[in-house]
Amino acid sequence: MKKTQINNKPLILGRQVSRRDFIRGSAALGIAGTTAGLLTMSGSAFAATPHRGGRLRAGIAHGSTTDSLDPATYENGFMSNVNYSIQNHLGEVDSTGAMVPELAESWEATNGAQTWVVNLRQGVEFSNGKTLDADDVIASFQHHMGETKSPAKSLLEQVTSMRKDGNNRVIFELSGGNADFMFVASDYHVAIKPSKDGKIDPTDGVGTGPYTLSEFEPGVRFLGKRNANYFKSDRAWFDEFEMLSIVDPTARTNALATVEVDTIDRVDLKTAHLLARKQGINVEETTGTKHYTFPMRTDTAPFDDNNVRLALKYALKREELVEKVLYGHGTIGNDHPIAPINQFHAATLPQRQYDLDKARFYAKKAGGVKVQLSAADAAFPGAVDAAVLYQEHAAAAGIEIEVIREPNDGYWSNVWMNKPWGACYWGGRPTEDWMFSTAYMGGASWNDTFWQHDRFDELLLLGRAETNQDTRRSIYYEMQQIVSDEGGVVVPMFANYVFASVEKVSHGALAGNWDMDGNKFFERWWFAF
Amino acid sequence: MNNMFKTLSSAPLSAKFGMIVIFTYLVVAVFAPLIAPYGEREILGRAYELWSSEYPLGTDNLGRDMLSRLIYGARNTLGLTLTITVLAFLLGGILGMIAAALGGWVDQILSRIVDVFMAIPSLIFALLILSIFGTSMPYLIATIVVLDATRVFRIARATAMNVAVMDYVEVARLRGEKLGWVIRKEILPNITAPLLAEFGLRFCFVFLFISALSFLGLGIQPPTADWGSMVRDSSTLISYGDVTPLIPAGAIALLTVAVNFVVDWMLHRSSGLKDVS
Amino acid sequence: MQHILKIIAQRLALGLLTLFAISLIITFGVELLPGDLAQAILGQGATPETVRVFRLELGLDKPPYLRYLDWLGGMATGDMGVSLSNKRQISELIGMRLSNTLFLGGFAALIAIPLALTLGILAALYRNSLFDRTINTVTITSISFPEFFIAYVLILFFAINLGWFPGISNISSELSLGDRLYRTLLPAATLTLVCVAHMMRMTRASIINLLASPYIEMARLKGIKPMRIIMRHALPNALAPIVNVIALNLAYLVVGVVIVEVVFVYPGLGQLLVDSVSKRDVPVVQACSMIFASVYILLNLFADIVSIITNPRLLYPR
Repeated sequence: MKKTQINNKPLILGRQVSRRDFIRGSAALGIAGTTAGLLTMSGSAFAATPHRGGRLRAGIAHGSTTDSLDPATYENGFMSNVNYSIQNHLGEVDSTGAMVPELAESWEATNGAQTWVVNLRQGVEFSNGKTLDADDVIASFQHHMGETKSPAKSLLEQVTSMRKDGNNRVIFELSGGNADFMFVASDYHVAIKPSKDGKIDPTDGVGTGPYTLSEFEPGVRFLGKRNANYFKSDRAWFDEFEMLSIVDPTARTNALATVEVDTIDRVDLKTAHLLARKQGINVEETTGTKHYTFPMRTDTAPFDDNNVRLALKYALKREELVEKVLYGHGTIGNDHPIAPINQFHAATLPQRQYDLDKARFYAKKAGGVKVQLSAADAAFPGAVDAAVLYQEHAAAAGIEIEVIREPNDGYWSNVWMNKPWGACYWGGRPTEDWMFSTAYMGGASWNDTFWQHDRFDELLLLGRAETNQDTRRSIYYEMQQIVSDEGGVVVPMFANYVFASVEKVSHGALAGNWDMDGNKFFERWWFAF
Repeated sequence: MNNMFKTLSSAPLSAKFGMIVIFTYLVVAVFAPLIAPYGEREILGRAYELWSSEYPLGTDNLGRDMLSRLIYGARNTLGLTLTITVLAFLLGGILGMIAAALGGWVDQILSRIVDVFMAIPSLIFALLILSIFGTSMPYLIATIVVLDATRVFRIARATAMNVAVMDYVEVARLRGEKLGWVIRKEILPNITAPLLAEFGLRFCFVFLFISALSFLGLGIQPPTADWGSMVRDSSTLISYGDVTPLIPAGAIALLTVAVNFVVDWMLHRSSGLKDVS
Repeated sequence: MQHILKIIAQRLALGLLTLFAISLIITFGVELLPGDLAQAILGQGATPETVRVFRLELGLDKPPYLRYLDWLGGMATGDMGVSLSNKRQISELIGMRLSNTLFLGGFAALIAIPLALTLGILAALYRNSLFDRTINTVTITSISFPEFFIAYVLILFFAINLGWFPGISNISSELSLGDRLYRTLLPAATLTLVCVAHMMRMTRASIINLLASPYIEMARLKGIKPMRIIMRHALPNALAPIVNVIALNLAYLVVGVVIVEVVFVYPGLGQLLVDSVSKRDVPVVQACSMIFASVYILLNLFADIVSIITNPRLLYPR
């Protein structure tokens, strides 16, 4: 950075990072049927019985002056918090990773999970006084279907029809069976808003959420007042919830240290251990499915040769990346995207090690490896450092990696899925099928390795239709092995969510599907005193 | 030669100090590979190891020897910064003097073009140019040279204007002297002081601007060491009283102070003041 | 005097032309950057289909030159248009942030400019003394550090360790002037440290540059006190470069403080521009650029006028 009469500075990139981080996680709902790990670094914030009152002030790493209240444009953590504080969804992910009803009271799948009947909670009121009914749900879904800009469009393409059965029941017909449909139907984009003449007003800020919108200045501040009529009686403990967008990590830490805010997300990993030592501050972390990758374009030389891919996979010290890029706040990956907390994670698959002999062997087979690796901190924080470490590790095996630092600005449209080898971020997906279908199935829109494997694609369809858990397990194990051995992706690590609060902030068990208790801390936490 | 030595030895203590520092930096930059205990990109230990006999200044965030990075950083950043500053002064200074000497529409056109460049925030301008044309070294240098030259132009023009209307310049023109002669013999000697003062600081601004660019992912390619990025990489530690980021920042500060001490002395000499120093 | 008015009028007219040129460069520069607002906002969720719909909704399907002409037409009637991303009136979006930016910049300038001039004059008066060396060393050291770093250090000492000031400077319209000044003192101090050295050193250099001139020599021989010589004889003639540097720094205080805004969480115009560029929200980028450009043009005009006034020979060029 600089100073001089000249200018004006960085942070474009700070923004990009946050936006993108989030986006990559965006389609992810969290962790299905598994438990999010909770680790506490300093003291425990579990406390006593919940207690009402106070104003919770949060410093959030995201937020842009271009943010909009339209659910189809939510693209960062700040807006996700706004979303969950003023609006609700059909279901939510709880601290065990299970999908539980929220605005729905119950749901039932029939016809091989091809027809879903969703019963709505009765007597729920929107902040404009309207009572929730089936029309609102249908209009809210329609905002993301058909001619729409919504990123949820591809998720909801499986919905062939929606109809209401009375005022409090909606029936969804799907094009094929999907046992995980409620995860999809509760995607964070699909906020339930009041309909008027069959349409929602996407930017009115009206919802059923724990707080009602009081002030919103994009990229600066959000203030919500407690919704006195909130339908969950054991939630939303604070009288007011205020959120500041604080993009700079040091500024966030300073705000917490001087108690200008009560809680912050995305603690600077480099100094997290120092922050944890401070009196009166708790640093906590949760593990999820978030992972960092180096995808290679398998349709482009030299990465079309699996020997090159294997040589590179063996030429990386994963532990060192976790230690120096994540500062220990994460776990090593095994070159496939399924997290240790996923239900069918292949724990028995041998961990790929840093093995110079094998790296040399495959490099020799490929006739020598000399490649370029494009990275920018927009891909994930520390991506350039990770690439530099990789370069050094590989050099020991005679593999030459030239690190290209790309501009943060425009990284996702210019570099990702364009350059032969780059760095990337995935929030992960709650189910194996969802993750593989999104980024590994041949021809998928976000198949960033341009990888096509017949056996893999065949297994994917088998696994989706299979109901026997053991058969599914062996199918997904095989798929993880195929990606690990033949895929185009290097997955060095899974990253934790790390956040910090002042002592009086208390909570129960934490959800790990998103940062900060599933982005619902303002609804689930309370002040102990 | 003898004369130069005499001049140098007559310099005040501060200027001598400045020259010694600059000389040391230059030696370090030129002989970096011989002086540095480890390689520039060599990963040796854990991140942020403490100062020890093995790593005199500890290690950086990736476990590379801080001292060696600092030494290579001198080589990488000094050359680049010096090139850019000198080019910016040549470009901005000459155009500024021409604008002042000629006046009229030449001045008007040059000045308005400079207005355009200056009015676009520099980082945004750099972002546009480098994102569109690529971040190779020539473009990086050209972009910063142009941006800095606009600032130099303003100051060169403002000072030169005062000189250009003096009687002796008028006389020289009437004598039929060419533009180049007027600039070289009449204008330049009389505006050296403010330009020198500007040079001393501009040098430092270029340092900082390069590191600002690397923050946008537009600067020097890794794993090349540069001081600005070294400050940035460890800056969050300062909030906990850790002095790591002060080391590269101190290296920049020491050099800037040294350059400006020498500039002060030259300024004093060029002003023709006889009073002692 | 009339001559000066004529110059000013002429320059203002040229200023409009300059603004026009800048708007062209900015608009088409941003168009040339990879991606557009639809892609930037949709990110990973972008598919050709959703991007198409979004573009249609935003009017991005129209060719850039038509959008530019629309914008130009709006500007001519004083309508800055709406933000593409959240449809807010740009005049409203910018209004509060501009006043915040001017408040902080003005606050910093009120401290920095008198301080820099005083120090510069004193340093020239006592040139090469210990005082001069100390002032120089301290100010040069302070600009050798990146501004975010100076901010971190000030926050560490004055907010975290001593607890005198808040660690961030978020402000809202309810605050009284006193509270506002209190909350913005640290960022203003940071900016002061960043720009004092430049102005102070130019003041010192310009004055010293003149001290050997015959007319100063004459004044000295007449026995006039050194301070009076500087204030009455040297300073007025040294003003041109000083004012130019002050103008550069004032412009920096308005246009270039994004980093300080970010570190102190201060809602200014710089952040708006950076966000809008990264999201390719062209109308907002255009509006911000026009404001910044006007600031530069006016300040440069001001500096030039001062140069002319302080040197009557410039008033009547050949």
